[in-house]
Amino acid sequence: MATQPATSHVEKKPSGPKPLPAHEKDHGHAHDDHGHGHGHADMPFLQHHFDSPQQQFDAGKLGIWAFLVTEVLFFAGLFCAYTIYRAQHTEVYVWAHYFLDTKLGALNTVVLLVSSLTAAWAVRCAQLGNKKALITNIVVTIACAATFMCVKYFEYTHKFHDGLVWGGRGEKPIFGLKFDPHEEVWELPRFKHKHPEAAELAEKLRHAQGGGRHEANEAPAEGKTPMPTPAGIEDHPAHAAKPALAETPPNNATAAATASEIADMPEEASEPLRAAGLITEKGELLRYPPRGHVFFSIYFFMTGLHGFHVLAGIVVWVWLLRRAARGDFGPKYFGPIDYAALYWHLVDLIWIYLFPLLYLIA
Amino acid sequence: MAAPSTTADAVLPPSSSAEDNYLTHDKGILSWILTLDHKRIGVMYLFSVMTAFALGGLFALLIRTELLTPGKTIVDHDTYNQLFTLHGAIMVFLVIIPGIPAALGNIALPLQLGAKDVAFPRLNLFSYHLWVLGACFFMTSLIISAADTGWTFYTPYSTSTETAVIPAAFGAFILGFSSIFTGLNFLVTIHKLRPPGMTWFRLPLFIWALYATALIQVLATPVIGITLLMLIVERVFGLGIFDPSLGGDPVLFQHFFWFYSHPAVYIMVVPGFGVISELIPVFSRKRIFGYKFIALSSVAIAILGFLVWGHHMFTSGQSLLAGTIFSAITFLIAIPTAIKTFNWTSTMYKAKIHLDTPMLYALAFLWVFTIGGVTGIFLAVMSTDIHLHDTYFVVAHFHYVMMGGAITAFFGGLHYWWPKAFGRMYDEKWGRFGAVLVFVGLNVTFFPQFIMGTRGMPRRYYNYLEEFQSLHQLSSIGAYILGAGFLLTAVMLLSTLRRKPDAPANPWGATTLEWMTSSPPPYYNFRETPVVDRGPYDGYENLVYDKKTRGYVEKKATG
Repeated sequence: MATQPATSHVEKKPSGPKPLPAHEKDHGHAHDDHGHGHGHADMPFLQHHFDSPQQQFDAGKLGIWAFLVTEVLFFAGLFCAYTIYRAQHTEVYVWAHYFLDTKLGALNTVVLLVSSLTAAWAVRCAQLGNKKALITNIVVTIACAATFMCVKYFEYTHKFHDGLVWGGRGEKPIFGLKFDPHEEVWELPRFKHKHPEAAELAEKLRHAQGGGRHEANEAPAEGKTPMPTPAGIEDHPAHAAKPALAETPPNNATAAATASEIADMPEEASEPLRAAGLITEKGELLRYPPRGHVFFSIYFFMTGLHGFHVLAGIVVWVWLLRRAARGDFGPKYFGPIDYAALYWHLVDLIWIYLFPLLYLIA
Repeated sequence: MAAPSTTADAVLPPSSSAEDNYLTHDKGILSWILTLDHKRIGVMYLFSVMTAFALGGLFALLIRTELLTPGKTIVDHDTYNQLFTLHGAIMVFLVIIPGIPAALGNIALPLQLGAKDVAFPRLNLFSYHLWVLGACFFMTSLIISAADTGWTFYTPYSTSTETAVIPAAFGAFILGFSSIFTGLNFLVTIHKLRPPGMTWFRLPLFIWALYATALIQVLATPVIGITLLMLIVERVFGLGIFDPSLGGDPVLFQHFFWFYSHPAVYIMVVPGFGVISELIPVFSRKRIFGYKFIALSSVAIAILGFLVWGHHMFTSGQSLLAGTIFSAITFLIAIPTAIKTFNWTSTMYKAKIHLDTPMLYALAFLWVFTIGGVTGIFLAVMSTDIHLHDTYFVVAHFHYVMMGGAITAFFGGLHYWWPKAFGRMYDEKWGRFGAVLVFVGLNVTFFPQFIMGTRGMPRRYYNYLEEFQSLHQLSSIGAYILGAGFLLTAVMLLSTLRRKPDAPANPWGATTLEWMTSSPPPYYNFRETPVVDRGPYDGYENLVYDKKTRGYVEKKATG
C-alpha cells in the first residue's frame, strides 16, 4: 500500500520514442491522430487524461501530500495510544527504557538523516538531469535504508534473546516467545550508570538472599508468600539458557522474596533503592518493570510499522533506480523521484519522533 | 489549476457512440478486470456492491424472520449474533461506504467535471481490487466462524470471543484503504482536473458532496485502520492497550472507533445529499435554491462530523463535561443539515415537478431522512440518550438515516445515471412501483422499531417479551416488502441490459456536463474538452423535449 502513491500516477514507459527535449511544459502539444487518438507522442510519460506535464506533476504532488496526511493520521493513532498508556502508567516507560540501546537508536537516526539528505539530493539531480549523481544518491539512500533495517534486525533479535517481547497478556507464550528478561534492571549498564548505589545495593541484597536469577523467576505472584529456594540452581547462567519458555511461571514483574529483608533495613540504608524507584509500594524489590511487556508491545508495534514503511520505501527506491538507470528522469520529468523523496522524508520524520519517545525517556 | 490554453487538442475518434463507447471499446474479461477507465471501474464497483447488498439484505431478512417469534424461530442465538454482525459489517463496510462514492461517483464524477478520467486511474483500479480483497476476508470470516461482535468490534469482547474476528477486522482494514484511495483520488481530481471555466462554484453539488466526503475519507479512515490493526495485534500478541488486566483501557477502543465511525456516517450520507441535490433541481426543472449554502454545508458537516464522536459514548463513563460538549456540537450538525433540507424544499416550491423514479426516491429521501435526522436530535440529548441507548430506537434512527438516507439516495442516483452508464432506459412504470414499495417497506420496517425502542426493547437481543411481538411482526412484514421492492428493482434494471442501447444523451433535461455527452459515453468521455461558461443548474429553459430521440436537446444551435 505504501508503495502505491509513487507507482500509481506514473504511466509505464511505452515502447515509444525517447522523450524529445524540445517541448515547453505549458505549451500546446501535438497528438497522434491514429490509434486511440489520445497519446502524447512527444511526451512518453504524460498520461492521456492530463493536458500538460505541469498538470500531471501538480496532481501527483497534491496526491502524495494527501497520502502523507493519511500516513500521519495512521501513525497518530499509535502515538495517541502511546501517550495515553504513558500518562496512566508512567512507571512502565521509565523502567523499560533502560532496556533499549540508545547507541543503536542514535546510529539509526543518523543513518536515516543521511538518507533523507541523499533523497533530497536525488530530486535536485533529477531536476538537473544529472543521471550519474541521481543514481549515486538513490543507491546511497537504499544503502542507508538497508543499514537501518540491519540495525533494527540486531536490536530485535537481541530483544527476543533477552526475552524482551510482548508477552501475550502476560500469561502464555506466543510463537514460543514470552516476556521474561534475563537481566535484572540493576544489572543494566544504563541503570548502573544512573543509579550506581542502588544497583550495588540491589545486587548485594540478591546475593545475601542467596537467590539466583532463576529463583526470582520462580517466585509466586506478587504479594504471596515466597517459595523456598531450591538448592542447586543458584547462579544458573540465564544468558546461556534459551529464552525462558514454559518452565517460567507467570510472575515476571517483581521479586517478592526480598520484601522482608528490605522491611528490616534501616530507612537510610534502603534510601538509594527508593530513590531509584526499585521498591514497590508493598516494599518489594523490582527486578524489572511491572507490565514492562506492554511497553515492548508498543515498542515492537511502532517500530515494526515504521520498519514496514522503510521496507516499502526500499522497494520504491529500487524501482526508481531501475528507471533512473534507464534514463527516464530529467528536467521535464522528475515527479516520481520528488514524490518518493517526500514519502521518504515522512518515514524519516516518524523515526525522529519515535527515537526520543521510545529510547530517550527520563 | 493548469488548464490548457486551447481545447482543440482533445480530438477524439469521430465514430458514433453506438459503435464506440466505453462498454464496447475493449472486449474480454481482462479488459474489465485490468481496466483503467473510471466508468468501467464504477460499473464493477456497482455490481460488486449490489452483490454485497443482496447478501447483507438476505441476512437482514433472516434476522427479521428469526424475530417473528420470541425464542427460536429459525436459527439459534449464536447464529443470530453472527447474522446481525455480518449484516451490519457488510452493509456498512461493503455497501454504504463505497456505494455512492465508489460506484456512482466513479461513473459520474469525471463526466460531471468534464475530465477524461480521475487523476490516478491505476490507484482507482487498485482501490477496487482492495475492495474485492477486503470482501474476500469478510467471506473468509463467514466461512470459518462468523464474528459475533456486532459491526463495532468493541473490546474486550472482540479480543476474547472465539469467533473469527481477525479476518473480519482485517477485511475492514483493507476496505479502509480502498476507501482512502478513492477519496484521495477524487480530492486530487476535483482540485486539478477541472476544465477551463469550471470554477469551484460552478461544480455540480454532487461533486461538492464527494469533495466533502473525500476529505473525511482521507482524514478519518486512517484512524480506523490503525485501530483495527491494534485490535488484531491485541488479539494475537496481547498488546495491552485495550486490555484492563494489563492496565489498558477498553473504552479507548470506543474513542478510536468512533473517531472514525462517526465521520464515517457522513461518508455514507453526504454523497447521498449530493445525489439529492442533483435530482431535485433536474426533476423540478428549476435552478437549485441556495447553491452556495448547500455546497458549503457539505463541507461544514464534514468538519463538524469530526467533533462529535463522543455522543456514541454517553453511557460509557466519559466525563459529564465531555458529554455536554459532544452533545452541544452534535446539535450544531442539525444546522447545515437543515440548510440542505430547506433549500431542497424551496427548490421544489412553485416548480414543475416531474415524478420520474429518481424524483420519487428523492422525495422518499426527504421524508425518511427528516425523520432519521430529527430522531438523531433526541439521541444527542444526554438525558434522553441514557434511556434510549442500545434500544431499538437507535436501530430505527440509524436505519432511517443509513437506509432511508444513503440507500434511498443511492437508488435514486442509480436510476438517474443508469441510462448514462449503460445507454438503456429502464421501465418507468416498474421503476416507480419499486420506489413506492421501498418507501412503504422502509417505514413499515423501521417505524415500529421507534415505538419498541421507547418502550425499552434492547437492540441485538435474540429473545423478547411477548408484548413486543406484534410490533416485531409488523417490522418483519415491512422487511419483506422492502426486500420485494429491491428484488423487483434489480430484476427490472438488469433486464434492460439485454436490450439494445436506446437512451438519448439527455433523457431528463438535465444541464450538468455528463448529459452533454452520448449515452453511454465514449471511452474518453468528451469529444472535445468542454468549456464551462455557466452554473451547473442554469439553462433548463433552453432545453426542449425531442420526441424522435425521446430526450432533451438544445433549442437552438450550441452557442
